[in-house]
Amino acid sequence: MSTNSTIKDNPVVLQVEGLKTYFETRWGTVKAVDGVSFDLRKGETLGIVGESGSGKSVTMLSVMRLIPSPPGQIVEGRVLLEGQDLVDLSEKEMGAIRGSQIALIIQDPMTSLNPVFSIGNQVGEAIKIHQDIPKRTVLQQVLDVLRKVNIPAADTRVRDYPHQMSGGMRQRVVGAIGISCEPMVLIADEPTTSLDVTIQAQYLKLLKELQEASDIALIFITHDFGIVAKMCDRVAVMYAGKIVEMGDVRDIFNNPSHPYTEALLSSVPKLEEDVDRLYSIEGQPPTLHDLPPGCPFAPRCQYVRDKCSQSYPPQFNLTDGHYAACWRLE
Amino acid sequence: MQRYLVRRILLALVTLLAVSLIIFVMSRAAGDPRHVYLDDYSTQEDWDRLTETLGLDKPYYYQYGIFLGSALKGDFGQSIKEGRPSMEVIIERLPATIQLGTAAFAFSVIVGVPLGILSAVKRGTFLDMTGKIIALIGQSAPVFWLGLMLVFLFAVRLDWLPPYGRQEISSIVLPAVALGWFYAAANLRLLRSAMLNVLDSEYVKLARAKGVSNNVIIWKHSLRNALIPVLTFAGITLGSLVTGSLVVETVFAWPGLGQLAIQALAGNDYPLLQAVVIVFTLMYVTAALLVDIMYAYIDPRIRYG
Ligand SMILES: Nc1ncnc2c1ncn2[C@@H]1O[C@H](COP(=O)(O)OP(=O)(O)OP(=O)(O)O)[C@@H](O)[C@H]1O
Ligand code: SF4
Ligand SMILES: [Mg+2]
Repeated sequence: MSTNSTIKDNPVVLQVEGLKTYFETRWGTVKAVDGVSFDLRKGETLGIVGESGSGKSVTMLSVMRLIPSPPGQIVEGRVLLEGQDLVDLSEKEMGAIRGSQIALIIQDPMTSLNPVFSIGNQVGEAIKIHQDIPKRTVLQQVLDVLRKVNIPAADTRVRDYPHQMSGGMRQRVVGAIGISCEPMVLIADEPTTSLDVTIQAQYLKLLKELQEASDIALIFITHDFGIVAKMCDRVAVMYAGKIVEMGDVRDIFNNPSHPYTEALLSSVPKLEEDVDRLYSIEGQPPTLHDLPPGCPFAPRCQYVRDKCSQSYPPQFNLTDGHYAACWRLE
Repeated sequence: MQRYLVRRILLALVTLLAVSLIIFVMSRAAGDPRHVYLDDYSTQEDWDRLTETLGLDKPYYYQYGIFLGSALKGDFGQSIKEGRPSMEVIIERLPATIQLGTAAFAFSVIVGVPLGILSAVKRGTFLDMTGKIIALIGQSAPVFWLGLMLVFLFAVRLDWLPPYGRQEISSIVLPAVALGWFYAAANLRLLRSAMLNVLDSEYVKLARAKGVSNNVIIWKHSLRNALIPVLTFAGITLGSLVTGSLVVETVFAWPGLGQLAIQALAGNDYPLLQAVVIVFTLMYVTAALLVDIMYAYIDPRIRYG
């Protein structure tokens, strides 16, 4: 985070503007992502936090254009990758970008690798799709990238199948898939069920090193504010499909300005405590269909006032790049 | 892989051995085999010869040894009705049954697998509906009823196909469809639900995120995984195509082993019936073994278990 000032001068690589992704379900329209905007600079790490169901994954799947349709659809907004709007691209054009310029890694080590194909096959696949190179070279690149993520004895392990590897090893393989084509933007969606704490910490350190080595812009979805503090330059806090507060990590920790952020931070357990107990803040997150007008946090908010149930609060700027959407700041 | 195969082959052998033992016990429990084979016109000499060949004056384990020894040589005794070795009769009928079984199996795969995949990929469309109807018929209609309906529609009404027998090449169509429909339906339903599961999996999401095209997702990443439960089912049931043939061969007068078994049963031709049961078991066990090998080929968790 000492490099903060230099990162702020880097060019913006990803710009999300007014993104809305809705799902048509039996119970009505689920507004899973409802007007999300943010920028991401080269080499920057953006953390996204929020309770389960707040729309973190759907936001990132929308950026990748991987929303299953039906039932889902991007109904509004733009996703600009170096100025090019991904929302308008054909499936074929998008296929050329996925995995090469933007990579998404789903990090559940138990389920995110295909059980019937070898590690080499799965890591090599993206390389084969995106680079027109002979078979020999593909294998060489696969070995290179496996070594980059510290897989020991990579040249024998390429022939292994996922079930022959430990969870930590599999997670590294997934990481290798993510960086195999040297993307500009890497999105890492962290699972709720996580590995052994020390293995997880090693992995995150590795991810961070790889990012710094090639100036990748990293989006890190997590449930863990402790990880945010270690890994991220900026944070976006999501609630009910919207970013309710965003800013530099230091500003968010020192001056949490949205009541939801405040509640999240005060519920962060000591590092050693059980991860499942994160976010034990009172009340339930709202159901995302038929949201009433006004602030969706109102039923759980200790600062609630009359205005809150009438209209959704606008963004109030606090310091440079730090804003929150809450009537309390008016 | 080798250990897995050896285990499977041993298991197949044990199954065969167990069946042979059951048959032996039943054949002895049914009474003195000399009364089955010999009639009022037989001489004392015949009686003694049979006692000698079957070892009937020796203990049971010795008799079983003789039974097993001759079974290994393909000698299952004389068919009473035909007056010649049972094996000879069976070998005449075997091609017809294998033909029908293969055709029915082919039908179940050709119809069940693509429809299963398409029903999952195009969920909720007209195609999916068609698949559902085909599956419903296959899983609920009794085989003999289905057979009669097929005959009524395609042979009697439309006069497109012969109603019974094995005279023309096209004769095989109706019995194969009647026999294969249930398995087509099962394949379809299993594959559809397995595909839906797999398409929703994290590893398919990750593959999409790599830029893999939809076709490759379906045919490479998903199908191979989705085939695993289908094969499991096939392993359990493939052999029962053989049993299903009892009904179908009777309905369609198809001159195969199923029909032979019914005839042997009706005519109290025990030696022949025994031989048919052994051959059925052999086919069943071989089919299951083939499926097990396929299974290992598809799923590395078994290969390197
Ligand atoms: N295919 C879908 N059909 C209908 N609704 C969906 C679908 N996918 C996601 N949603 C809805 O979108 C909302 C946001 O889900 P999302 O997966 O983005 O949450 P998340 O913030 O990633 O949660 P978690 O921390 O548990 O991963 C949820 O309410 C979910 O029910
Ligand atoms: S807008 Fe009102 S209800 Fe919403 S967080 Fe702020 S104070 Fe609470
Ligand atoms: Mg998620």
